[in-house]
Amino acid sequence: MDLLVVEALAKRFTIHALAREVVAFDAVSFTLRAGQLLLVRGPNGVGKSSLLRCLYRTYLPDAGRALYASTRGPIDLVRAADPDIALLRREEIGHVTQFLRPRPRVSALDLVAEPLIVAGVAPAEARRVAGERLDELGVKRAIWSAFPTTFSGGEQQKVNLARALIAPRRLVLLDEPTAALDPRARDALRERVAALKAEGVALIGVFHHVEDIAGLVDDEIVLQTPT
Amino acid sequence: MSLADLAHPRYDYSYGFLDEHARRELRRRILKAIAIPGYQVPYASRELPIARGWGTGGLQATLSVAGPHDTIKVIDQGADDSVNAANLRRFIARMTGVATTTDTTLATIIQSRHRVPEERLRERQLLVLQVPDPEPLRHVQPDSSKAREMHAEADYAQMWLSLYEQLVRFGRFVQGASYPVVVHGRYLMSPSPIPRWDTPTLHQAAHLTILAAGREKRLYAVPPYTEVRPIEFDDVFFQVERMAGRVCAVSGARHKFMDELPVAGGGSLFRISDTGYLEKLVRAARGEPVTIGPTYYDAVGRFYQPGVLHEPDAVPPEGGTGHD
Amino acid sequence: MTDQPPAARPLDPPRLVTGGPLLRASGLRKCYGSIVAVAAVDLEIYPGETVGIVGESGSGKSTVLRLLNLEEPADAGDYRLAVPEGAGGNLFTLDRYHRRMLRVQRIGIVYQQPHLGLRMNATSGGNVAERLIMAGERRFAALRAAARGSLAVSEFPAERVDDPPAQLSGGMQQRVQLAKAIALRPALLLLDEPTTGLDVSIQALVLDTLLRLRREQPIATLIVSHDLGVIRTLADRVLVMRAGRVVEHGLTDQVLEDPQHPYTQQLVHARL
Repeated sequence: MDLLVVEALAKRFTIHALAREVVAFDAVSFTLRAGQLLLVRGPNGVGKSSLLRCLYRTYLPDAGRALYASTRGPIDLVRAADPDIALLRREEIGHVTQFLRPRPRVSALDLVAEPLIVAGVAPAEARRVAGERLDELGVKRAIWSAFPTTFSGGEQQKVNLARALIAPRRLVLLDEPTAALDPRARDALRERVAALKAEGVALIGVFHHVEDIAGLVDDEIVLQTPT
Repeated sequence: MSLADLAHPRYDYSYGFLDEHARRELRRRILKAIAIPGYQVPYASRELPIARGWGTGGLQATLSVAGPHDTIKVIDQGADDSVNAANLRRFIARMTGVATTTDTTLATIIQSRHRVPEERLRERQLLVLQVPDPEPLRHVQPDSSKAREMHAEADYAQMWLSLYEQLVRFGRFVQGASYPVVVHGRYLMSPSPIPRWDTPTLHQAAHLTILAAGREKRLYAVPPYTEVRPIEFDDVFFQVERMAGRVCAVSGARHKFMDELPVAGGGSLFRISDTGYLEKLVRAARGEPVTIGPTYYDAVGRFYQPGVLHEPDAVPPEGGTGHD
Repeated sequence: MTDQPPAARPLDPPRLVTGGPLLRASGLRKCYGSIVAVAAVDLEIYPGETVGIVGESGSGKSTVLRLLNLEEPADAGDYRLAVPEGAGGNLFTLDRYHRRMLRVQRIGIVYQQPHLGLRMNATSGGNVAERLIMAGERRFAALRAAARGSLAVSEFPAERVDDPPAQLSGGMQQRVQLAKAIALRPALLLLDEPTTGLDVSIQALVLDTLLRLRREQPIATLIVSHDLGVIRTLADRVLVMRAGRVVEHGLTDQVLEDPQHPYTQQLVHARL
């Protein structure tokens, strides 16, 4: 069954102060099934990240449809009400960005465990799983209880990844998750993506180094520079 | 025939001093107060030949209800013979022609400041308490109009908060006289500055109590057989003052409310505060024929109605010990 | 330019979220003399959601909060909470008594200025206990335990439970307010600039508390702030207010990353 059918999706930004419009991408269409990884390719500035953000609704799309088969019924992500999107973000759709905005005074372990706790997992169990994930990505146990606000970019990125991928999701949007990772963490991410696919999770990814997920890609779309 | 013969005989004052309109207004206000137990009824406090704040509220209540067949007792902190009590008694007697007494059991009207007699009041007796400040919410809400809104909504949480604060800070309820009570499960009421010892006497009392403040222009009432409960917690109870161990130096009696009298050379001794009752004890001891009525507290300190007061040794769950 | 309506991009009504909003307010209006503080505000909060209102001083955001706290009557509008005490009616029509009982049982609030929400000279524990007293609790031991428990949840030091707020720091005062607000497990939690001028740990505390409350029961939270950082951290959705009106609303990250209205663009970019 198709999990996500995107038809003629388009996004442009209107900058009122400059009285200008900037086109991010235009007429994007694709279909994604459960367990598939879709790679989004194209030159820099072509709107790859914007596409993911439109699907996550961090950006409001301008035109087109994105029919998503939620467990609660089909819904068009372009027109869905904000509370519905908030619900999908809590339960079904994950977004992994390059940047972590660590909350102050929350330990790395708690930050990673939080989505699981929100999803109803007992705190002790959530922390155990969070520890496993941090371990996989090579975050040393010694800093699990430290605050990620003080971490280096690479370590922050690992915490971010662990947090973004811990909760059960049906659709995961990966926006250059490997940018600042060391080789060991890249391997771990690759294994995690493979495991997610095996569980039936659908993924859409933008990768700077495509070789990081070699052999896992089921399909790809190439965005063209907007005319 | 002279002009004087044709006119009505001249009186210096109306009966009971107050003019007919004032009297009628007061009686109506009193009826309203009885109909809404514990509710403060505003009234037009009249000028009297006594300064406000010296019992003018109680005096107006007494003057407006007294008739020639009444017998009146006036006490001030338990004493019949203090200057204030004697003045008020003489004034009431002159203006109404009532008989006077110091014997609680013989009085039909007892006007009092700061005490309830030790002998139990009966049905058809009237207790008039002088009230300096009728507002029990005063210390939590200085604004009178806001306090009236709180009464209207029975919004009394702040009183229990103040009990909480007292237990936390002092380990006991520190309010002494004027201990607030809830009347008929509805209105919070100040019982006037009677000691806690007297507070339970208002609960399910046989007599009618009228409380009147002259300066503040408010009167309120507790009808006979009305619930009057001091504010307390379900697990930390209101307690009366401890009289155990105090022996009246005059009568040898125990378990009555005692005044403490300093003696030369340091130390102190105790004497029953209710002078009318004490006088009868003394006369009875001399073998004179006197009738002593049943008292609120018996010879071993038990209150006459079981279940109203909790034993002081009921230990509260944490910190607090109720009253000392 | 700011009178321009938001870009017309109508969204569908909610379809996945079931059961309807916990809070629904429509047509809120409030004037002070000739000044229109709130012109026409519609707001819905679904169970578990945290909604923010941002706007500059005088935008009417705090007035909306006071209206929703039933502190003052609205000049017009309909306000409903899906709780038994609401009886399905417009809460603005409740009489004083029922309004007070509803506020005690169902609405918790944390004010920017602690003295608005606290008795500064009562003990901290007493401030929290008063909520339970208002709801009818008359057991001292239970009040004590509840006050301690609620303060502990707010990460308030146990040894200071009997200190009055007047002797506490601003951050500690906010913790007492939060403890008081959540003591009765409210259905609606209102936060008025809860972190202004305070250390970031209050933000973390507020968020932790919201997450925990949300796990226990459906709760709607409204945060009013001029601090976009606070809103970004705490709110799922946000309303941008200007001159008594909502100029834009949406998912918090969407409003901050892809603002549609000229005023919102100005606000967001001014900060960056």
